[in-house]
Amino acid sequence: MSAILIFLAALALIITWWMAQQRLMSKPWLEVGHAGDTPQREGSSIPTAKIGLGVFLAVVGALFTLLISAYFMRMGLNDWWAVPIPGLLWFNTALLVASSLALQWTKAKAQRGNLEAVKAGLGLSFVTSVGFLVGQILAWRQLTAAGYLVADNPANSFFYLITGMHGLHILGGLVALGRTSFRALKGVPAKAIWLSVDLCAMYWHFMLLVWLILFALLAGWANDFVEICRQLLT
Amino acid sequence: MVNIPSSMDDPIPPAEVEDVELYHSHSWWTTYVFSQDAKVIAIQYSMTAMAIGLVALVLSWLMRLQLGFPGVFTFIDAERYYQFITMHGMIMVIYLLTALFLGGFGNYLIPLMVGARDMVFPYANMLSYWLYLLAVLILVASFFAPGGPTGAGWTLYPPQAVLSGTPGGADWGIVLMLLSLIFFIIGFTMGGLNYVVTVLQGRTRGMTLMRLPLTIWGIFTATVMALLAFPALFVASVMMLFDRLLGTSFFMPAIVEMGEQLQHAGGTPILFQHLFWFFGHPEVYIVALPAFGIVSDLISTHARKNIFGYRMMVWAIVIIGALSFVVWAHHMYVSGMNPNFGFFFATTTLIIAVPTALKVYNWVLTLWRGDIHLTLPMLFALAFIVTFLNGGLTGLFLGNVVVDVPLSDTLFVVAHFHMVMGVAPILVVFGAIYHWYPKITGRMMDETLGRIHFWVTFLGAYLIFFPMHYLGLLGMPRRYYEMGETAFVPPSAHSLNEFITIVALIVGAGQMVFLFNLFWSVRHGKDAGGNPWRATTLEWQTPTTPPPHGNFGKDLPIVYRWAYDYSVPGAAEDFIPQNQPNDDRISREPS
Repeated sequence: MSAILIFLAALALIITWWMAQQRLMSKPWLEVGHAGDTPQREGSSIPTAKIGLGVFLAVVGALFTLLISAYFMRMGLNDWWAVPIPGLLWFNTALLVASSLALQWTKAKAQRGNLEAVKAGLGLSFVTSVGFLVGQILAWRQLTAAGYLVADNPANSFFYLITGMHGLHILGGLVALGRTSFRALKGVPAKAIWLSVDLCAMYWHFMLLVWLILFALLAGWANDFVEICRQLLT
Repeated sequence: MVNIPSSMDDPIPPAEVEDVELYHSHSWWTTYVFSQDAKVIAIQYSMTAMAIGLVALVLSWLMRLQLGFPGVFTFIDAERYYQFITMHGMIMVIYLLTALFLGGFGNYLIPLMVGARDMVFPYANMLSYWLYLLAVLILVASFFAPGGPTGAGWTLYPPQAVLSGTPGGADWGIVLMLLSLIFFIIGFTMGGLNYVVTVLQGRTRGMTLMRLPLTIWGIFTATVMALLAFPALFVASVMMLFDRLLGTSFFMPAIVEMGEQLQHAGGTPILFQHLFWFFGHPEVYIVALPAFGIVSDLISTHARKNIFGYRMMVWAIVIIGALSFVVWAHHMYVSGMNPNFGFFFATTTLIIAVPTALKVYNWVLTLWRGDIHLTLPMLFALAFIVTFLNGGLTGLFLGNVVVDVPLSDTLFVVAHFHMVMGVAPILVVFGAIYHWYPKITGRMMDETLGRIHFWVTFLGAYLIFFPMHYLGLLGMPRRYYEMGETAFVPPSAHSLNEFITIVALIVGAGQMVFLFNLFWSVRHGKDAGGNPWRATTLEWQTPTTPPPHGNFGKDLPIVYRWAYDYSVPGAAEDFIPQNQPNDDRISREPS
């Protein structure tokens, strides 16, 4: 469970930093406004939808960190044989990176109001993401064909569970990306969909980061690192 | 989606608050059924929660009948008994209390109390309710599935939860239970995002965080915790579904069942316990923190006195929320652990009593020399303080490893958690309903019926759960279908069990008085007016009662003061609403 505790500690730092700016030491019972005063708008100047997405990503982060925690605990038992990582995953990773980069590029174009570029960028990112999902399914099929079935070994089970959970999150993101693309195709001005593109980009970068961590974990490169951490803790 | 414009560039903000664009419903269906109005969603949440809560109440009756009069009611066999236990616990903790406090009170009170027109993402809010309803329906469906609902206990511990010896283990019961939880969590996440972001971004001008009523602080912190804790239950549920349906071995060790070797091997049930209690302990405070907040407001309003130590109350809520994530393994002392871990978790458990005790002191000091009106909400709030204190004190016993291990599987634990997270929050639920009912319907609930309901519930709960502590100390085990002949249980303990059962039946029947009152008063209650309790918070200052879609007439209120200006010296009335600016006639002494 140390992974999730580290994640929560990081989150606690962010929350503490935020709360420190909220005048928690003020004495509200002494501060009464006068009729002439017009108090400032409350809340942050960051768009509400973006804050909503930020909170959601914290929840998604907790979900994957818990999976990672469970992975580490189960890995310590002696019936664990790591799964060979299909080479296809490298190609899939490249697709997801391309998708993320395309969205970052689209965001910049949307800011400048270039609708044609936005359409192209959204399309590219949509296609590469679908490509990623198809690639993941092909990787599953390669593994099952090679005899690594889901129930044979906990490493296999975790591989399918974790990649499946990540794929579902990309699929959910595709719904939002699809809606944004649809609005762009209908000719909504680029500046009007800038926020949607921005949110998609934020989600994609996050899911890419999650994927890179999961990939490192599943491929076993994280093992040495985890071993060092474990020795530090015990 | 309601986008709040974010221009902070203009140096002198205009006096009126910019309005947000609301989704307007066009038909009866979108006004009352597929509504995006947080108040309608709140009522839908509450009604569904109370309906499923009634099922849990009947289940507890059936359980008590078996315990009080073993062998008399032949239709209750051991399998059914375990199904009753499991469903009672699961419904009460998740589908009733969590849904009612956050989905019900959260939806109704957050927009009104922070001065917003609605939640920030109304569409997701609507989906949240419909997913909750779906989860409840799946849960109910398990009663009619072949083999009945799961009987694994509300903690659903593997390996027994998915074995054929447990009711519903090899049938549909456990599968439907896990699916229902998964839908509940997805639905809750949608609602929870709304509650958090509305408090962050939806506050009206002048409503700084330190001017929020404690009710909102409680619900806000509990929602943040729930958003981070429920994923653990989600992961555990998905992994157990894999074990049950796909034959994986996340949690399942090698097991021989009915002389046959199952295909599972090498899994660890302890992993499930960690995941489950990583959710399960914060869950206690997910239910308790909204209750803390609501009680603070009820006491202050009905004692006509400002809350004592507002800042400390806020800090205590936040600190309790943070600490509750590092105590989970105190539910697992009996599973065995490294003594150093046991020491760590016992220490954190005891530390959490400090901010909690601080809150109790502050409530008592708020009451001290207050102008206490023994209204129905106040009675329930007072009953809560006493009950929570009782349950909390036995929690201090159980937090210690050496005390917990012998008591863990006895009725002492049942008495403890019913006092602290069953009876206490439910008392707050009742108090809050009596308090906010006039705002929701425009009418008061009947006072006499309410008093009957209060005394039956309060005294009854003590008559049920106090003797149970004693039975636990005698060593009477929990989860047993029947005791049979045992040397250490005297005959008097059996008569005590019969007594508890009879009281439980009466208390359950007493809730029917409440339900009758709830529905009868909608039409026949006394007219309440806009602010019957003469309270300061924004929900009582709406131009019309019940508040319409959009909550506050043409202009949103502007907040000038905190939520607890009761009995201010020199003021014309004994309360000053939050949206009333300082009148220079009132001079305030720094206190």
